Amino acid sequence: MLTDEQIERYSRHIMLKEVGGKGQKKLFDGKVMMIGAGGLGSPIALYLAAAGVGTIGIADADVVDLSNLQRQIAHHTRDIGTPKVESAKAKMTAMNPDVTVNTYETWVNAANVREIIAGYDFVIDGTDNFAAKFVINDACVLAGKPYSHGGILQFDGQTITVQPGESACYRCIFPTPPPKDAIPTCSRAGVIGVLPGVIGTIQATEAVKFLLGKGELLTGRLLTYNALRMKFREVPIRKNPRCPICGDNPTITDLVDELDAMNVCDIQNNK
Amino acid sequence: MHTVDLRGVCCPTNFVKAKLALEMVDEGTVVELLLNDGEPVKNVPRSLKGEGHKLLGLKQAEEGHYVLTIEKVGE
Repeated sequence: MLTDEQIERYSRHIMLKEVGGKGQKKLFDGKVMMIGAGGLGSPIALYLAAAGVGTIGIADADVVDLSNLQRQIAHHTRDIGTPKVESAKAKMTAMNPDVTVNTYETWVNAANVREIIAGYDFVIDGTDNFAAKFVINDACVLAGKPYSHGGILQFDGQTITVQPGESACYRCIFPTPPPKDAIPTCSRAGVIGVLPGVIGTIQATEAVKFLLGKGELLTGRLLTYNALRMKFREVPIRKNPRCPICGDNPTITDLVDELDAMNVCDIQNNK
Repeated sequence: MHTVDLRGVCCPTNFVKAKLALEMVDEGTVVELLLNDGEPVKNVPRSLKGEGHKLLGLKQAEEGHYVLTIEKVGE
């Protein structure tokens, strides 16, 4: 039963035919695990909390740095030096005391990702490196857990939602990580500050729609966005029968870290 | 009959409360809503109709407020 305050807080949701009181309850009962509390994670965290998603898990081992603040809008100047998960949690619960935020101050890897995503209905990849992206994909596919992939660099972003077994996964598109030296990171290549706002917000939308059970998810199509040309493009992606993890004869049957895809800083932090 | 008194409740909270009340009852149930004159009586019936419910009647009571009779449609 909603309190008068909750009726007021979520009134613009409840008014929607696709949501109503029942849909709002689905959001309360929903559990979303978001990995990465940076550029993508900031709008994801804030919108999921504002929407009243009842349980939100958030994983990141990093602390807030001055150079993050140009795009990581959940963190404020006074948070510099604070763990990102704590900084994000403070903003989320201040905005909406209804939500429970579980923090995981760790980098995800093959050893811990399975346990971290267990118990959640939907996973959001808001990480900034290929090692994490591949291990999140693999863990979600093996666990049969739907998730949203998102990636950004410079002026370009991309996102796709994966329904394991039903739609293409990340490895259907990219079977293996790119060669080690071909991978620039945000810290080396730069990123326009508004870009994660666009992509992260789309990812949060997917989580909300998944919990509501309404609309069509961004499955089977990779949505790409270029902020300079202000163009969205949809690339249809079929399930790849030769996909190493969800294809007909999978070669990946257990979780492994893609060591070559790790950033130097990740490898140091994983020690 | 099930009556929901929405007098003194502003738009759009009156619609939100009416919608929540209709979610609680079974399909086919007839509910009476008490609405203030002005914006509420202009907006709430239209919004509920938009949700797919059946408007059965709208009468002004002696006290000046309106009584909207509505049948729930849908689960």
